[in-house]
Amino acid sequence: MRCTRCKGAAVIEIRRHNAAYCRDCFLVVFRSQVERAIDDRRMMDRGDRILVAVSGGKDSLALWDVLLGMGLEADGLYLGLGIGEYSDRSARVTRGFAEERGARLLAVDLAETYGFDIPTAGRKGGRSTCAVCGLSKRYVFNTAALDGGYDVIATGHNLDDEAATLLGNTLRWNTEYIARQSPVLPAKARMVKKVKPLYRLSELETAAYAFLRGIEYVLEECPLVEGNTQLRYKEAMNAIEARSPGTKAQFFLGYLDRGRPLFRAEDTAEIGACARCDQPTTGRFCAFCRARAQILGERLEPPPELQVAQELSDEVLPVEMYGAAAEAG
Amino acid sequence: MRAKLRNPDREVELAGGRPLHQVLHDLAIQPDTVLVIREGELLTRETHVAHDDILEIRPVISGGDGR
Repeated sequence: MRCTRCKGAAVIEIRRHNAAYCRDCFLVVFRSQVERAIDDRRMMDRGDRILVAVSGGKDSLALWDVLLGMGLEADGLYLGLGIGEYSDRSARVTRGFAEERGARLLAVDLAETYGFDIPTAGRKGGRSTCAVCGLSKRYVFNTAALDGGYDVIATGHNLDDEAATLLGNTLRWNTEYIARQSPVLPAKARMVKKVKPLYRLSELETAAYAFLRGIEYVLEECPLVEGNTQLRYKEAMNAIEARSPGTKAQFFLGYLDRGRPLFRAEDTAEIGACARCDQPTTGRFCAFCRARAQILGERLEPPPELQVAQELSDEVLPVEMYGAAAEAG
Repeated sequence: MRAKLRNPDREVELAGGRPLHQVLHDLAIQPDTVLVIREGELLTRETHVAHDDILEIRPVISGGDGR
């Protein structure tokens, strides 16, 4: 098999593009796809401070490698999940990557900072292990980005991740989630802009990039992921893709161009501030604070300073309402 | 030929002297879901696999909700 660009010996075939590439040409094509994603979707501007969410897996490390290679100011953030040897290995690999490149790596330990780890959350919480893990990551990444003054959070979600998520939401007609799914989530009140620069690239491509760049990444799957629905959707999509290459890309990229505008009216969520931690939420308490309270067996209450404010407003509100009702009557 | 598989780690003996896609077919593996590595090099589906080759078959799919 020959390289589509230079006619040298190919090392990877991208069937959805009916193309094959040698090592050097593949790396060029991969980087150009990331640059195209960033430019097309206006993910970041020159001078932006980027926080890359890194797990030690192929996707996040490949992303960090590309962003650093583009000369961008990209720091890493690693979240220690407390999943035994798996987390130890992930932390080691991530640290090694950062040291090798002289990149800045921030680290947060979930148990040290928030009092629980993911295995405990899976046993005691009311959500699946993967759900509470994803929730914790989103919360910690946003908090750390705000505290550190970052402009953008970049995650390693790839085309397979996005297509599987869209499939899952479509099968359940979660129209609000469908409306919100995007490679760019703009900044809102206390929410840092989130971007997914790998959304045009498949898992095969991110794995090949990591391998061909000599990036050491964690090969084993998370031991808690068994039975994960996202994996089932990926398997289903891969079965279709095997017979009809390009289906995944048509599904997700087609959704972005033609499907998403149809769901815009479904994105009605009003964002407020969590009464406990001040992070963004659509309810009184954010999902992370609710999950954490359940895991730790605590009653969820606002911190004392917010309680005083709440009590004062409670005192005033009924009088005003009563007055208004009396006047109306 | 010998194939090293992961998650869980194991090894299987298979007939060589044929293209890689036939080996993957015997293992019920879709070619786009794995990297196949021989002596530090990636192989494409059409690569001829010899009887005494040792291949690492590395899955590329990862799961979970958050990244």
